[in-house]
Amino acid sequence: MLARRIIPCLDVRDGQVVKGVRFRDHRVVGDILELACRYRDEGADELVFYDITASPEGRSVDRAWVQRVAKVLDIPFCVAGGIRSVADAEAVLNAGAEKISVNSPALADPGLIGRLAERFGAQCVVVGIDSETTASGYRVYQFTGDPDRSRDSGRDTLQWVREVQERGAGEVVLNCMASDGVRQGYDLAQLAAVRAVCEVPLVASGGAGAIAHFESVFREAGVDAALAASVFHSGAIAIPDLKASLRRAGIEVRP
Amino acid sequence: MSDLSQVVVIDSGGANLASLQYALERLGAGTIVSTDAAVIQAAPRVLLPGVGSAGAAMRRLRDCGLDTLIPRLSQPVLGICLGMQLLFEASAEGNTRCLGILPGTVERLVPAPGRPVPHMGWNTLESVQPDPLLEGIPAGEYFYFVHGYAAAPDAATLATTDYGGPRVAVARRGNFRGVQFHPERSGAAGARLLNNFLRMN
Repeated sequence: MLARRIIPCLDVRDGQVVKGVRFRDHRVVGDILELACRYRDEGADELVFYDITASPEGRSVDRAWVQRVAKVLDIPFCVAGGIRSVADAEAVLNAGAEKISVNSPALADPGLIGRLAERFGAQCVVVGIDSETTASGYRVYQFTGDPDRSRDSGRDTLQWVREVQERGAGEVVLNCMASDGVRQGYDLAQLAAVRAVCEVPLVASGGAGAIAHFESVFREAGVDAALAASVFHSGAIAIPDLKASLRRAGIEVRP
Repeated sequence: MSDLSQVVVIDSGGANLASLQYALERLGAGTIVSTDAAVIQAAPRVLLPGVGSAGAAMRRLRDCGLDTLIPRLSQPVLGICLGMQLLFEASAEGNTRCLGILPGTVERLVPAPGRPVPHMGWNTLESVQPDPLLEGIPAGEYFYFVHGYAAAPDAATLATTDYGGPRVAVARRGNFRGVQFHPERSGAAGARLLNNFLRMN
């Protein structure tokens, strides 16, 4: 049986892992390699490294750390942030990343998704979506790494999820912004709505605060993977404990 | 670093050779990445990795003259992911004729509710047959899979994985073996499998 995946997300800024609340007020939580190895040893199924400053400031991902991570990790990892072209993606994949994730650049240039999928295969191409619940439904936000520039991209989330799949995305990470960093649980209603239109693997992001939240997002929203940051970085939830609880609840996880 | 642990990795054009090289380095193996027929022919062991599409990978092998060389190799050869699929007769991906070393064809996985495609993540090996490549790897062990096409099990299958039915996870014909998963990203179990391969002569 395919196991549900637990994915710690390491937001990277200036070569260090940071975490903010509702995308603001970022503080340093640790060294990249140290945290990567800790999560590998604790049984993380995959890691996501997201350079939260790259996209807004027009910088590219610092590739030196990607290679350092690739040399020590024996589990898959994905790199996001500042990937605007096939050449950007190629550099990150050549450095040893398994997958690349595009968010704002895909909104500005949706054709990028198809070009990446054609060159590297859909399985390498993750599309990250920052989605906000509004009066007019679920809306895709862009430039969310910078509170001054974060805004509605003009796209409906469910429509965008359909479009990115048609264009060749191999996985979707849905970050529910209202839930992010506040540890009140994943946005089950929104994730279930996206699941219904998503035939590629779907990763839930934003809101994990307790072990029960993971159980419900797998059970009720049917996602393939659950991503979280602060609960892991703070030690509030240890991955071995989380996996043992999920297994007891009858959810397939890798030991 | 002994000669015995030398392995030549065929540069099949994918962008992800680094993770495989790092995994081999962690096991103390010296690796050469090459498309040179003489280098590949002289190698004690050959790895055929691959990401991207079957059509592009076969084009690259043909352009390098490797489509005729690979089936004639007599040393241990291991295809990984797309590299395993290329060992079959053909792939439905772009209706591509492949190397024809393993019998059968590779078909597209069809998504269904609760079963997205690509098949992505950690899945278990089932129906594991005894083989030096799988020594110390019991049924139920998890490996990391990422693929949108798969082969149906037959007599050449050494292990399956279940995703809407049994799919080929490991196959063998003579000195040629293939794994659908990525051992280089499959933790301790993947390292064990690669280490088993590096011990083959």
